[in-house]
Amino acid sequence: MSDEFMGPPDERGHFGDFGGRFVPEALMPACLELEAAYRDARADASFARALERELALFAGRPTPVTPLERFSRRVGLRVFAKREDLAHTGSHKINNVLGQALLAQRMGKRRVIAETGAGQHGVATATAAARLGLACTVFMGEVDTRRQELNVFRMELLGATVVSVTSGSRTLKDAVNEALREWVTCVADTHYCIGSVMGPHPFPWMVREFQSVIGREAARQLRDLGVDAPDVVVACVGGGSNAAGVFAGFADGPSRLVGVEAAGGSAVGVGAPGVLHGMRSLLIQDEFGQIEEAESISAGLDYPGIGPEHAYLAARGRADYVTAHDDEVVTALQVLSEDEGIIPALETAHAVAWLLREAGHSVAYGSSVLLNLSGRGDKDVAQVRAILRGAS
Amino acid sequence: MTSLEAALRAVRASGRTALVPYLMAGATPDWTRHVEAAVHAGADAVEIGLPFSDPVMDGVVIQEAAGRSLAAGTTLDSVCSELATLDVDVPLVAMTYYNVVHHYGLDRAADAFARASLRGAIIPDLPPEEASPWTQSCTVHDVATVYLVAPSSPPERVALLARATQGFAYGAARMAVTGHASDLGDARRVVAALRAVSDIPVYVGIGITTPAQARDAAQFADGVIVGSALVSRLLDGASTSHVEDFIGDFRRALDEADERTAAEGPRHST
Repeated sequence: MSDEFMGPPDERGHFGDFGGRFVPEALMPACLELEAAYRDARADASFARALERELALFAGRPTPVTPLERFSRRVGLRVFAKREDLAHTGSHKINNVLGQALLAQRMGKRRVIAETGAGQHGVATATAAARLGLACTVFMGEVDTRRQELNVFRMELLGATVVSVTSGSRTLKDAVNEALREWVTCVADTHYCIGSVMGPHPFPWMVREFQSVIGREAARQLRDLGVDAPDVVVACVGGGSNAAGVFAGFADGPSRLVGVEAAGGSAVGVGAPGVLHGMRSLLIQDEFGQIEEAESISAGLDYPGIGPEHAYLAARGRADYVTAHDDEVVTALQVLSEDEGIIPALETAHAVAWLLREAGHSVAYGSSVLLNLSGRGDKDVAQVRAILRGAS
Repeated sequence: MTSLEAALRAVRASGRTALVPYLMAGATPDWTRHVEAAVHAGADAVEIGLPFSDPVMDGVVIQEAAGRSLAAGTTLDSVCSELATLDVDVPLVAMTYYNVVHHYGLDRAADAFARASLRGAIIPDLPPEEASPWTQSCTVHDVATVYLVAPSSPPERVALLARATQGFAYGAARMAVTGHASDLGDARRVVAALRAVSDIPVYVGIGITTPAQARDAAQFADGVIVGSALVSRLLDGASTSHVEDFIGDFRRALDEADERTAAEGPRHST
């Protein structure tokens, strides 16, 4: 049954009961056009070559798999890290934006828009836009523009316009709303570069496919290190793009797949099926179907939903979705920094925290583990310093 | 044919351009009085907004109204029970987002709408491709499913939407979310595209701000929808007599247009 996972969705973009395309009519033609363009690009070897070239010569792929020797001794596991923190702009986000920016260019669009929470996807989109000569506007909740002031400046240095979103809760979900509203007005010449495996079809599928380079590379690199299939593949999950990308390399095999959500943003843990941002998925909502705020130490996991394919993998039991609390996440960040000389992003530290907690429990001692090290923590050091000084 | 469509076809047959004000339920404490005032001033149907936390098709005015309504504790049940106390003789049409009815339960929601005299529903984030579970429930309870047609809709989608929509077709005047505008945008073209494939009543909305715009739209559309222009007044504290005056101005503008059309002979068959 394994090979039925992480293939294409059905023709209307469903993964089981999840996914689909729930957008205003004004955006339907754009979604259909995008799907057609993506299918066409997938079938075109020259598109694949252009993307591979950008990923290699611009983004620095392949990223290595690093055996985490001291951390492994600490937890009694054999842990390997897929080093997406070493990709250009410091996280896996670049894999997706280069794919979408090349596609936008192929479709004749002159401009890209994007939403961003912590700023990582916004910076990556601004980077790809600069590289390919596209105009770029990034929507960011006002709360996040204050929390991530430096990333706002980074995007501006890269030539992007940053729009501070003051509607709703002024965070990531409102940035998505505002990007969708903007897209309605400019869809003829603008591509909406969604940053995760979410949104209307074909985005969840397309973004997973662009991120699947992580899993493909890691499977090969692990074999070279003598690990045919790791016992566990673990990644943090907000919308779930880095997890989808790494899972895609292992869904056909026997590895246990684990997605770690923020305890305050656990769409699988406390969410219910619902429709938001163009997709049917699991959403954190109140008893009346109003979407609630996610609460997390990491702005990148501050999303009240999860990609529809993850909802499907959870429903089918192919992947496990678990949570990590803010306090254990900060500890995990410190541990990995001291043990391995790698400061992970707070998002990534959720996966590290889960390993620290579960080693010797649900993960047997001696197990081989692939940890998707989705991003570097430079963006978080000021926040972590404030937390640690506040605590001491 | 849904009862909504029968009613709206009858309005057209009488030579009258339909006036459809939009109000956000629960955005102000006396919103049901405003519905009555709008009907008294000549509305032929009223769109009732049910608030959602993430209204992607709405601009700042209706976002603000939704925020106030939710803060006041408005729910699908509270709207339906308040509507049940109303005594108006025109059809009411719900406007909301899919998660509100999805979470409530599709059949329960359609039943609640019908009991509250909501004879149609506009759910802008539910395209026909995904709508069959909802439309099945609506059919049972005689709730019409109204679709928007956008300036970006290519001919094959216009045909699909014209076949699927019930009651009326909602022609979006522009590529924009709800709000104010200074012209009728692409409304004429959207209406013409619908006329070419369907004889269902076609109403235009999104950015209809002034009675003069409504009068111009009456030359080619069967009805006009006035949303943000009214809601912004309600958010500013408009009284029921203000609502009557404001809607009355639109009614008079449409009546003038209809008289002129009548003098020129029948405009469109029913």
